[in-house]
Amino acid sequence: MARLTRRRLLAGSAVVAGTLPILHSTIPHSHPWEHEAQASEGGGHGGHAADTLHDGHASFADGKTVDHMGNGFDPHELLRDFDWGRTHRTASGRVVREWTLTALDKEIEVAPGVSFAAWTYNGRIPGPTLRCREGERLRITFHNGSTHPHTIHFHGIHPAEMDGVPGIGAGQIEPGGHTVYEFDALPAGLHLYHCHVRPLAEHIAKGLYGAFIVDPREGRPEADELVMVMNGFDTNFDRANELYAANTIPFAYMHTPIAVQRDAPLRVYLVNVLEYDLINSFHLHGNLFDYYPTGTGARPSELTDTVMLCQGQRGILEWRFPHAGRYMFHAHQSEFTELGWQGFFEVSG
Amino acid sequence: MSVTQTPAPPRSGTPTWLLGLGPLLLILAAIGAFAALGGPGLGERRGPPAEELVVERTVLKPGTIALTVRNDGPDAVTIAQAQVNDAFVQFTGPDGPIGRLKSAVVTVRQPWIEGEAYEVVLLTSTGGTIAHEIAVAVETPENDASFFGLMALLGVYVGVIPIALGMLWLPWLRSVPPAALRTIMALTIGLLTFLAIDATLEGFELAGEGAQSFGGAALVPVGAVTAFLLLSGVSSWLTQRHRAAQAAGASGATLALLVAVGIGLHNLGEGVAIGAAYAGGALALGAFLVVGFAIHNTTEGLAVVAPVAHLRPSLRRLALLGVIAGAPAVLGAWIGAAAFNASLAAFLFGFGAGAIAQVIVQLAPSLRDEEGRILHPMAVTGLLAGMALMLATGLLVSI
Repeated sequence: MARLTRRRLLAGSAVVAGTLPILHSTIPHSHPWEHEAQASEGGGHGGHAADTLHDGHASFADGKTVDHMGNGFDPHELLRDFDWGRTHRTASGRVVREWTLTALDKEIEVAPGVSFAAWTYNGRIPGPTLRCREGERLRITFHNGSTHPHTIHFHGIHPAEMDGVPGIGAGQIEPGGHTVYEFDALPAGLHLYHCHVRPLAEHIAKGLYGAFIVDPREGRPEADELVMVMNGFDTNFDRANELYAANTIPFAYMHTPIAVQRDAPLRVYLVNVLEYDLINSFHLHGNLFDYYPTGTGARPSELTDTVMLCQGQRGILEWRFPHAGRYMFHAHQSEFTELGWQGFFEVSG
Repeated sequence: MSVTQTPAPPRSGTPTWLLGLGPLLLILAAIGAFAALGGPGLGERRGPPAEELVVERTVLKPGTIALTVRNDGPDAVTIAQAQVNDAFVQFTGPDGPIGRLKSAVVTVRQPWIEGEAYEVVLLTSTGGTIAHEIAVAVETPENDASFFGLMALLGVYVGVIPIALGMLWLPWLRSVPPAALRTIMALTIGLLTFLAIDATLEGFELAGEGAQSFGGAALVPVGAVTAFLLLSGVSSWLTQRHRAAQAAGASGATLALLVAVGIGLHNLGEGVAIGAAYAGGALALGAFLVVGFAIHNTTEGLAVVAPVAHLRPSLRRLALLGVIAGAPAVLGAWIGAAAFNASLAAFLFGFGAGAIAQVIVQLAPSLRDEEGRILHPMAVTGLLAGMALMLATGLLVSI
């Protein structure tokens, strides 16, 4: 009985997604989780006791945690930390949005008791999530406070001299130097930025990257928005990662799950910057999500629970939890999962 | 101090003890000052700390893998996290850094499956990794009475019984003509030569696994020279005693004892290897292996009795020789199974090789023919045949 219902609802959802893409964000429409909530008797179940959270899961040794204060950033705060920069309007009324990014060499505790000589933008990994609106003028002042040359290479549409690659425009910025990257916020979608100095793999793997979100002119529907930059760390320099994570600290969302509300719309900005491995992935438990590749289209490419991304690929995920309880999310490469890239959503309400 | 009783030399006003002790005190003072000042002028070390951990022992129990690690590098090492087969695992281990040459036990929680391969990776505080391969996972036996009994039985099977069997050639040896006996002695030396080479190579292999700070490969020749010198000393002492008694054939009895001791030391090393291989699951205790060792080591029994072929040793004496040559295999199996240490095993293998070399030197004169030649055609034939025999029977017991 229950299986029949689910199959019918899934089919119904596909029809809606396929025929009414333009209206997706404005007209209430049917999603499987909404029906599931109605179909379920009394909602979900409670969570587990906090101290037994990761029993049966791969995890770091008990009793040891990363010193987020020492690192200067906490993956739980990074999740919902959107940097809108400073704005002013030109005489013509156009919005100019400005940020200052500084490259800094910094020791980061990437796992309890394991320090890593990282290269960062503004002292954090990933760098600030830069967020703006389509069509604005963006001005990013870059200071190189590191002992190595760096750049900021943005994904998006911009002139060649603003591309942040060596030999073009300002080229690579030497230690102590600075430059200004200026371009229009185009196109709307989810992008990223990273250093583009050789050796490229090293400059990315050491932490010089971040998410870059251009909201559509008309905005996106209200949702609980989260940023997840999927990354990893090669701590022994063998060009393979010892640690995997979303937002730098492995197992961080296992030890303290991400708190979300039942039935509340969720939106995850998912970026893959993982170096050395060919692909990465995101898998959600107990649910499926609408997937918008690169966040550039108004219609989801599919309703799925697993997406696969190569380095530089990104996309927007939207869904709601119809049941309360604890749901895992992780890379669907089991190796990455058990080397740190896994977490929980704690759905309450 | 007793040194002050030494009379001062007449030429100088300074006492001899002061001349001897003065430089030593100055050296100690200089070293102390250098250390106290933190090595003035040398500055910081160049580059990151060098982290070296050697896994000396692996113990597998249901649900856990325990590694005994020793810090083999110049800097302290802190183990921060542990992985098994590319997954982080719960573990217990030292809280602080492991100092130079210090050892610690790291126990990881892993539902391992018998017969499968595992890689344990220890992630250090600097992000370095120390990987340890477990080729075949098998539960480490408990060190209880029944296990020691099994190891003793194994030692008897591969050491004592084959040698006792080999010694049964004694009546036949008595009846062969001197020229044939010389060839048999050459055969014996050939057997021993092979054992010495084999033990040396095995020692070097083990030395590579152990902590290099303890001498590494040098342990093998050091062990060999030590054994050679010790046995030479014992040999000359025994010869002196027998010369006083002027007993006919005393040198034969001495030789037989020395051969037994040499082979016994070799079997000690062999027992360590067998015990360690058994405990580590790398050795299947089959009838084939025991039969192989029996054939292989029976030739050692021949070597023990060859020097006393022209004598009439008592049964008790023969039994004693057999025990000296074979019983150390039991002791070795215990050591190897219960407290295996690659560095110690490497030293023991070198020790065995040195003992055999000394025995060869002792036996060599007995090859001399009527014209005083040692490497006469029959001797060369015997030597080569002895090595070939060991090589061939060794195929039966390669672990």
